[in-house]
Amino acid sequence: MTQTVRISDDAVARACGADAVANAFALAGWTVERVSSWGMHWLEPLVEVNGVGWGPVTTDRVAEIVDGGADDLCIGPIAAHPFIAGQQRMTFARAGRTRPLSLDDYAETGGWQGLNRAREIGAEQVLAEVVQSGLRGRGGAGFPAGIKWQTVAKAEEPRKYIVCNADEGDSGTFADRMVMEGDPFALIEGMAIAGHAVGAGQGYVYLRSEYPDAIAKINAAIALAADRIAPFRIEVRVGAGAYVCGEETSLLNSLEGKRGEVRAKPPLPALSGLFGCPTVVNNVLTLAAVPHIMTEGGAVAYETLGMGRSKGTMPIQIAGNVKHGGLYETAFGVTLRELVYDIGGGTASGRPVKAVQVGGPLGAYIHPDQFDIAFDYETYAAADALIGHGGIVVFDDSADMAALARFAMKFCAAESCGKCTPCRIGSVRGMEIIERILAGGRKADAVEVLPQMHNVRAPDRSLSEQVALLEDLCETMKFGSLCALGGFTPYPVLSALRHWPEDFGLPAKMPVPA
Amino acid sequence: MKTIDDIVARHAGREGPLLPILHDVQAELGAVDTAAETRIAHLLNLTRAEVHGVVSFYHDFRPERDPRPVVQVCRAEACQARGVEALIPAAEAAAGGRVRIDTVYCLGLCSVGPNARIGDDLHARLDEAALTALVERA
Repeated sequence: MTQTVRISDDAVARACGADAVANAFALAGWTVERVSSWGMHWLEPLVEVNGVGWGPVTTDRVAEIVDGGADDLCIGPIAAHPFIAGQQRMTFARAGRTRPLSLDDYAETGGWQGLNRAREIGAEQVLAEVVQSGLRGRGGAGFPAGIKWQTVAKAEEPRKYIVCNADEGDSGTFADRMVMEGDPFALIEGMAIAGHAVGAGQGYVYLRSEYPDAIAKINAAIALAADRIAPFRIEVRVGAGAYVCGEETSLLNSLEGKRGEVRAKPPLPALSGLFGCPTVVNNVLTLAAVPHIMTEGGAVAYETLGMGRSKGTMPIQIAGNVKHGGLYETAFGVTLRELVYDIGGGTASGRPVKAVQVGGPLGAYIHPDQFDIAFDYETYAAADALIGHGGIVVFDDSADMAALARFAMKFCAAESCGKCTPCRIGSVRGMEIIERILAGGRKADAVEVLPQMHNVRAPDRSLSEQVALLEDLCETMKFGSLCALGGFTPYPVLSALRHWPEDFGLPAKMPVPA
Repeated sequence: MKTIDDIVARHAGREGPLLPILHDVQAELGAVDTAAETRIAHLLNLTRAEVHGVVSFYHDFRPERDPRPVVQVCRAEACQARGVEALIPAAEAAAGGRVRIDTVYCLGLCSVGPNARIGDDLHARLDEAALTALVERA
């Protein structure tokens, strides 16, 4: 009897050599099933035989596994591994268990039940249940999805759109990619339910060009599921390397074939979005959570999870310098200490953790002193931080926080769409000020010392004046920018300055009194 | 201009077709140059300024052909945390003038960096030797 081995065809697994491993098993006469990834990235390529896993596997170890050996790589039953057993997987319920493009696997694991039920109970009831579930947009802003859908549903226009924001540009995030590569039909079903609820006939998935595997998978899945979701139609549009297009109004401009410049709000996209029509713009994770919510009793089950106004589960992405990186879906409320040490296992380098950036390049750097705050939209906002898309990036003590603060400004300058001044010019000035702080202040230049320049406030600026200037600039960017790119860049900059002043050549932080 | 006419015809009937058209032109001709912009503008009833504005906005479109092979290296925060910056000097030395090394912000493999992309192939867990070897083979 031929043995069957299951190996992921997720981009992480493939980048780590899963194709060669799969090939080696095939050459040994085994049947190879390519499935989605369990999300335990440090073990990729992970191979599964009868529920038992080995990882990370290289081609030269395949023969041993075929013979029942390689015990040092064996992790036992995968589903019982603490990393998996500790999770509450809803959006990622199928991760590791199904073949991404198999309609049979999808239907056998509860696929299409949400869409079928949505069609039975009618649009009004679907909207009511999505509101009841408390589902909030997983892209970063956390706006209640049900309220957005109701707004679009009420708009009286013949043409409406569902737009899926799959422009996952934040460093340290990959949950959208894993949904599209591992469970593409869930996203398609979620979009079809949204289309049914608000009365839209066309959906677009705006997918970044940096994800070649996801583009291929979701296109193939749409072709396979076209009959199932008809008359609703979905088309993939590929981005072109602009980070700012993850912002919803910029994304809409890009979809229309324009420069990805941010639009002023109002009007809200829900009323005047793509081509001026009412449009639901939701993140991949938001839409992929919908099929589960729409099953019988799903909304109530979802609402009971989480804490405060953050309901349900969040797929948290553990990345950067961490021993056990990967995808960890759990109810809101988990602390950073648990995520970094208990689940993530500390740094990969074995050095002490210096900082954790939560929420992508625009998220605050969090000091180990703050590791007890709970994962929740409001708690993070109160701590001058943000959850964003749920990515956490761990840094060890070799990280230079001043260099990272400068990088945040440089990134904003490179990716600014140019529409508003605080972001376009503020980011360049911010970079310059950080450079001057690192140079220990600044002497007056040749022009400033000219007798004609009698308006110059002070010829030399001290270090503390430069710091005040940076704080002032960040204030302007935070409140004056049109979108989150300029508005949130101050978070990483100011948090680095506040918690690690010594990296900027400033006096070290005073110890906080107990 | 036959190719550009074909590409534009292929996308006729799509809503807001400019980005898909530019992707195809970039892929098939290696660049979106002035002549291409002019032709696309004519066919879509846009001004050349409008088309040029879009071409120059996005990092993926290039105004001139570059025959060199490209290695995209992720240098975003997660890969920085895993030490990508220390690999760059050796990679650039190996590239010389023969290979173009592009910076990309995030390939979505943030738990297994440093990462690179060549064509549609992704490579993870790179150290200096592995990245240099990729550059030399590119």
